[in-house]
Amino acid sequence: MNALRKHIHPGWLIIAPLLVMVMALYLGPILNILWLSVTDPEPGFGNYAKLGESDALIRILWTTVRICIITTVFSVTLGYSIAYAMMHCHQRQKNYMLTLLLVSFWISILVRTFSWLMLLGRRGLVNVALEDIGLIAEPIAFMRNELGVLIGMIHYMIPYAVLPLLVSMQAIDQRVMDASRNLGASGSQTFLRIYLPLTTPGLVASTLLVFILSLGFYVTPAVLGGGKVLMVAEYISVQLLVTLQWGTAAMLAALMLFGVLAMLWIMSRFMKLSTVFGGAAR
Amino acid sequence: MRGGLFSLFNRVGAWVLLLFLVTPALIAIPVSLTPKRFLSMPQGELSLRHFEKLFTSQEWLSSFFQSGVIAVSTSVLATTLGTLCAIGLWRVSSKYSELVRAFLLLPLIIPQIISAMAFYRLWIPLGLLDSYAGLILAHTILAAPMVLITVSASLATFDPKLEQASKNLGASNWTTMRRVILPSIKPGVFAGALFAFILSWDEIVVTLFISKFSVYTLPRRMWNGIRENTDPTVAAAAVVLIAITLIAFVIFAIQSRRNTKNTAS
Repeated sequence: MNALRKHIHPGWLIIAPLLVMVMALYLGPILNILWLSVTDPEPGFGNYAKLGESDALIRILWTTVRICIITTVFSVTLGYSIAYAMMHCHQRQKNYMLTLLLVSFWISILVRTFSWLMLLGRRGLVNVALEDIGLIAEPIAFMRNELGVLIGMIHYMIPYAVLPLLVSMQAIDQRVMDASRNLGASGSQTFLRIYLPLTTPGLVASTLLVFILSLGFYVTPAVLGGGKVLMVAEYISVQLLVTLQWGTAAMLAALMLFGVLAMLWIMSRFMKLSTVFGGAAR
Repeated sequence: MRGGLFSLFNRVGAWVLLLFLVTPALIAIPVSLTPKRFLSMPQGELSLRHFEKLFTSQEWLSSFFQSGVIAVSTSVLATTLGTLCAIGLWRVSSKYSELVRAFLLLPLIIPQIISAMAFYRLWIPLGLLDSYAGLILAHTILAAPMVLITVSASLATFDPKLEQASKNLGASNWTTMRRVILPSIKPGVFAGALFAFILSWDEIVVTLFISKFSVYTLPRRMWNGIRENTDPTVAAAAVVLIAITLIAFVIFAIQSRRNTKNTAS
């Protein structure tokens, strides 16, 4: 016992409660799901083979990936613009901007989804307003299609995109930019050849973070897609709660999980993971 | 600094974007004041009947209560486990502890739908479906990584020599923890507790899977209201949630300002 104690740092004693809990109640069932994907309803790779046979599954995967890519591109681009503006204005203005960003970050996802429902519906505020000023004759279909899902998702993801970018922009030494200008480079040259490359770690982290979060997004697509835009997360929930087919759902979850872990691995090569989430949590 | 005009454009654009992030939520306010029985914008006359209904309806009140109980319990449990774990990892700080840290952050980043599936799968045989214990345990696992992050951030600025000094002066491990370490990392613990509370208070995806009748949290009831899309009480609930968010935000801002002042002085 004493010999054991010498080898094991006492710190592990207070790590253990959470570690054991997460292993037993979280890792366990996740491994079980991975196992189910090759054993339910019968052993073998039958569930994965469905990908080759079923057009519906392929369509769902493609919809999911397409929506995630578009969401990521818009969120990161717009997020970059916000982060850049925040880094290049007075402290006071920056504080106001940060407050707005964090408030939007904190507002419940359900409240936001509800608001979009009120704004984007056929008789929603946006359509009514556009009709009133005579811009459109017929209401635009914002909902029950990909447009609505994209608006809701991009709106939700922008703060997540901004925070890692801010972290990486804060680390840049402003004197490098001054040097570039002194050496005769133009503003846009300095930006494209010095600033942008220096923010690459932040860009990669922000892109992957938003993509990962979009991939498993459930609430907004389910409500604003109105059943017309079926993404993987919603499909999994239907499989589990309505048709009770664990096998297919487990296979899709396994694909998603491996995708996410691969992206996390790439991300960890560019930025310390705890920095990314540390930024996201604040 | 780059070309003034471009910077100016970008700054205006950023402000527009930031307003775009915050303002849509405000539409819940006029909708909640409509005098009609269905979701609509009020025309002319305003009414508080939907707030009255929200605060007198047995269902909504019990949801507020249940969400409160679950979020507070989650916050206490996650903060305790997360803080202990963060201190442990900080003291061990080896290759293995960093591995464990990365592993413990996973619940935060693994898509919630997968977490929901995992809890659903395990809660069936354990008989935890549709119970307070089931929701609190699930939310605790999702929220503990938040605490781990905020407390670790506080620990990063804590001088390990203080711990050494306390021990040299004869304090036990427990006394050192209570009187030296915990007071120094209070801001991180506080932020972690708040984030854990918010996460649980707002959690819907896992809740949808593991609760049914007897536990019906606020997000769950709002989700139903949103899906049915008729009853303006949802709008009133949304307004209350926005108000709570703002209050929590102000508390947080004041607290962190106080902390920065303390460290500065």
